[in-house]
Amino acid sequence: MKFWEFANPRVFMGWTARVVPWAFALAAAVLALGLVWGFFFTPDDFRQGSTVKIIYIHVPSAFMAINAWLMMLVASLIWLVRRHHVSALAAKAAAPVGITMTLIALFTGAVWGQPMWGTWWAWDPRLTSFLILFLFYLGYVALWTAIEDPDTAADLTSVLCIVGSVFAVLSRYAVLFWNQGLHQGASLSLDAEENISDVFWLPLVVSIAGFVLLFVALVLYRTRTEIRARRLHALSLRERLA
Amino acid sequence: MIPDLGRYAFEVTLAYGVSLGLIAGVVLLSVLRARRVARDLDAAEGRRARDED
Repeated sequence: MKFWEFANPRVFMGWTARVVPWAFALAAAVLALGLVWGFFFTPDDFRQGSTVKIIYIHVPSAFMAINAWLMMLVASLIWLVRRHHVSALAAKAAAPVGITMTLIALFTGAVWGQPMWGTWWAWDPRLTSFLILFLFYLGYVALWTAIEDPDTAADLTSVLCIVGSVFAVLSRYAVLFWNQGLHQGASLSLDAEENISDVFWLPLVVSIAGFVLLFVALVLYRTRTEIRARRLHALSLRERLA
Repeated sequence: MIPDLGRYAFEVTLAYGVSLGLIAGVVLLSVLRARRVARDLDAAEGRRARDED
């Protein structure tokens, strides 16, 4: 079977019905492992104390907030170029999950920042670009809701997604573009000097894997709902016209 | 079993509590919407089948 045939709505509903329960089970297991490991079995940081445990939620959620938008960008481009309905619906399905991840990243960042920086919020490049990304997510969902015709909504939200991608990339690299602000550099790095200690790194990587799996499971599950909702919309239109 | 979170116990607990609550919220809302859409679609398909008979 060719790659694109997996995105045929009927084929998609078939294989996802088998995969989604396993994806949720795997996501729950990996997420629980990462968070329990990080929360219960890692030491405090010598400077940050126990607040370092927030890293196991803050970094994975921030990672997913950015990458959810990038996934929506790829799906939107596929919609614009190939008119694959499932790709547009997958982007729509991912947005509320992305909002949740962005909200978690912003909230945990504020709760972590207060004792460490002495403030809940600062107009720092990374924090500000993340807030703008959050507003783009809200605008994206609002635009889908505001337009009745699904194809027009998919077209316009795809354009919005492309524009918002600037902020998704900016929120990732803001600390590198501007050497100012309170936010530290990346917690994970290929450079051993910059990378965090192994005792924090291993559970963090497991937590990130758990968040990725949860995102995949939720997007597949929600895309199935969007496919059904689109079918329901078409049947409702037919009933109204009859 | 519960680690000693010292003077930052409130911040750490709050961060975990709210985050897990938000994750549970998005999962719950997804399940509720999926059930509602599936139920409405079944009803619409049923009406369509009856109309075609």
